[in-house]
Amino acid sequence: MQQINLLLASLPDGILLGFVYGVAAMGLTLIWGVMNVINLSHGPIIALGMFGTYLIFNKLGVNPYLGLFLVAPIGLLLGILIYTVAVHRVINAPHLSSLLATFSVNMIIIGLGTAVFTTSPYNVDFNMGSVSLGSTTLLGTRLIAALAAIIATGSLYLFLYRTRPGKYIRAVANNRAAAELMGVPSSRILALSFGLGTMLAAISGALIATFFPFSILSGGSYELKSFVIGVLGGLGNPVGALVGGLALGVLEAVVPAFMETSWVPVIEFGLFILVLLVRPNGLFGAKQ
Amino acid sequence: MKRTLFNLFALIMVLSLMLTACGGGAAVETETPVVDAPATDAPVAVTDAPPAAAEEITVTIGFTASQTGAQEVSSKRQVNGFNLWMNQVNEAGGLTLSDGTVVKFASQSYDDESTKERVQELYTRLITEDNADFLISPYSSGLTAAAAVIAEQNGKLMITTGAADDDTYKQGYTGVFQLYTPGSLYLTSTVDMLKTLDPAAKIAIVHESDKFSTSVVNGLQPYAESQGFEIVLVEPYASDTPDFGPIINKIVDSGATVVLGGGHYPDGSTFARQLFDRNIGIQFIGILVAPPDSKFSELGDAALGVTGPSQWEGKATHTEAEANALGIEWFGPSGEEFSAAFEAAYGDKPTYHAAGGYTAGLLLERAIRNADSVDSEAVKAALDAMNLFTFYGGIKFDTSAEAHGLQIGHSMVVIQWQKNDAGELVREVVWPADVATKDPIFPISAP
Repeated sequence: MQQINLLLASLPDGILLGFVYGVAAMGLTLIWGVMNVINLSHGPIIALGMFGTYLIFNKLGVNPYLGLFLVAPIGLLLGILIYTVAVHRVINAPHLSSLLATFSVNMIIIGLGTAVFTTSPYNVDFNMGSVSLGSTTLLGTRLIAALAAIIATGSLYLFLYRTRPGKYIRAVANNRAAAELMGVPSSRILALSFGLGTMLAAISGALIATFFPFSILSGGSYELKSFVIGVLGGLGNPVGALVGGLALGVLEAVVPAFMETSWVPVIEFGLFILVLLVRPNGLFGAKQ
Repeated sequence: MKRTLFNLFALIMVLSLMLTACGGGAAVETETPVVDAPATDAPVAVTDAPPAAAEEITVTIGFTASQTGAQEVSSKRQVNGFNLWMNQVNEAGGLTLSDGTVVKFASQSYDDESTKERVQELYTRLITEDNADFLISPYSSGLTAAAAVIAEQNGKLMITTGAADDDTYKQGYTGVFQLYTPGSLYLTSTVDMLKTLDPAAKIAIVHESDKFSTSVVNGLQPYAESQGFEIVLVEPYASDTPDFGPIINKIVDSGATVVLGGGHYPDGSTFARQLFDRNIGIQFIGILVAPPDSKFSELGDAALGVTGPSQWEGKATHTEAEANALGIEWFGPSGEEFSAAFEAAYGDKPTYHAAGGYTAGLLLERAIRNADSVDSEAVKAALDAMNLFTFYGGIKFDTSAEAHGLQIGHSMVVIQWQKNDAGELVREVVWPADVATKDPIFPISAP
């Protein structure tokens, strides 16, 4: 009974957090799905999103959620810049080349971030209150973050399926050569895709900063979660990534109800390996 | 094929990052040796002036600093404290031994990136390539345990500061000397205070599952129970835990009125923030390491009322009169002089981590003076015989074979973040009562 109470208390938290994990994972899987690039700069960009919120709130005094309208376009432009400078030239080279290119970007961002911000933890002293429902306490910041994550997912879905550039992205993801023959400007579309992936990473970081302290190194753990979600959910499929994020969030909330919290990574990654072995295409039947 | 490649890569990433996590925090690679030498006014004369034709020797003190990674905040303060001592001694002309030899000090340090692997590699380098004469520990018990093995294997004497775990001093080492109050005693004074505030309190112990914090809990739990407290929850967590939500739900479910535990700065500040955000009606919070740091006030109202054990506080610094009353030798500057010099050098009030770094140097200085030599064995004998009082407090080492080098002369205070008349967050000493600057806030006010 005690475990059930704990479960009920923790489950909403896990679900809310899962939405944000889902947004982070969407960025990674979108880039992989469209251009077969494993973006190792994903984690540091999440961290930059966190610092975006910090600077916007602590230095400019702007509400962190309004700040998203600044973080998102900066994330998009940063992604396009990274693609243009580091990825475009190696896009047709073996996977190792793009892997090393994004790893270099990862190291550059961490190096610059360490020089500017050090690796000290930062905190956004922002509180949206909480709502108590029986044994459950829902934090306002997490509720709004989940809402923002849903809006971001919906917007991405609409963009991919209802707009011309979105259809171009899907066309390039399906068959780049054929898309080029149909007049799709593939280089620009690849840059846009990378930008969108980076934008989603920055948005997730900006949302996470409203409830967790962070440092320039904090993005690493969310990048890792994004890989796990990428396996659980779908490649290039935003809804699959969101569902994968929810699954991970729920797992992190449920496990501590039954055992010590330090067992969470053991269960999490044990399940991850199990999914790889049993359903390598992911639990949610991701599209190729 | 595409999916398989992604899965394979994701698997490699997960495994490698899990292995990294087991070894410590992630950090930026750098091997640049660091010589930190801030200019100071050296207001405290700690040495005699050297005679005109004296031979001058330079003693190299080696250590690693966590310039990046999880231990950065506290480690930097510790190094600043040590550098302040070294600069003051050198600017005052060094130490003069009875044969006229003038001893000056130089430091050699590297960024250990808060990882044990780097610590072992770099301490080996400090000993074998840089020929360090004496060693100071890195910050944190885990890193120090890794460094102590190397120091002992190579017969180098190491003063440890920022390393409270008891176990390191129970390995049979003979050349490792601890400055901090041992971890097993870290929260006992908090329990003593709690007994005066609410003897019927129900305690939840939530702690980082690392060497230091586990050592603290190993001492805390039996002590609290011996004082009649009911421990309703003991919950360890991983060092990089970002979300304390499920743990806080467990605290609520346990019916605890008091939360004790934490670990180091990053997790401790995160835990405090989330306890505040959830407003679960906890009456007393005692967290390790993070609250005594001035950076903790960046949490805003989440810091209010949080207590933490401190090795030293400027507001309750130890004095020469205290040493005289105890009949123990006094050495070094007063707490006020140390604080003024530190603020002049770094523009920030010193925390206990900085005081520990300074006192590590002060301790080595006193031992060299007592030994009248820089010979390692002579200095070691002087440390074994030492019973000293400084602004940091008492310093005396266990010399038994079972726990050689363990600190047995130093006691701690408890601080709490309160608001002053201007509404600013300030750190007040709330225990022991005879040195307290304010009464403790209890129960802590609801936000």
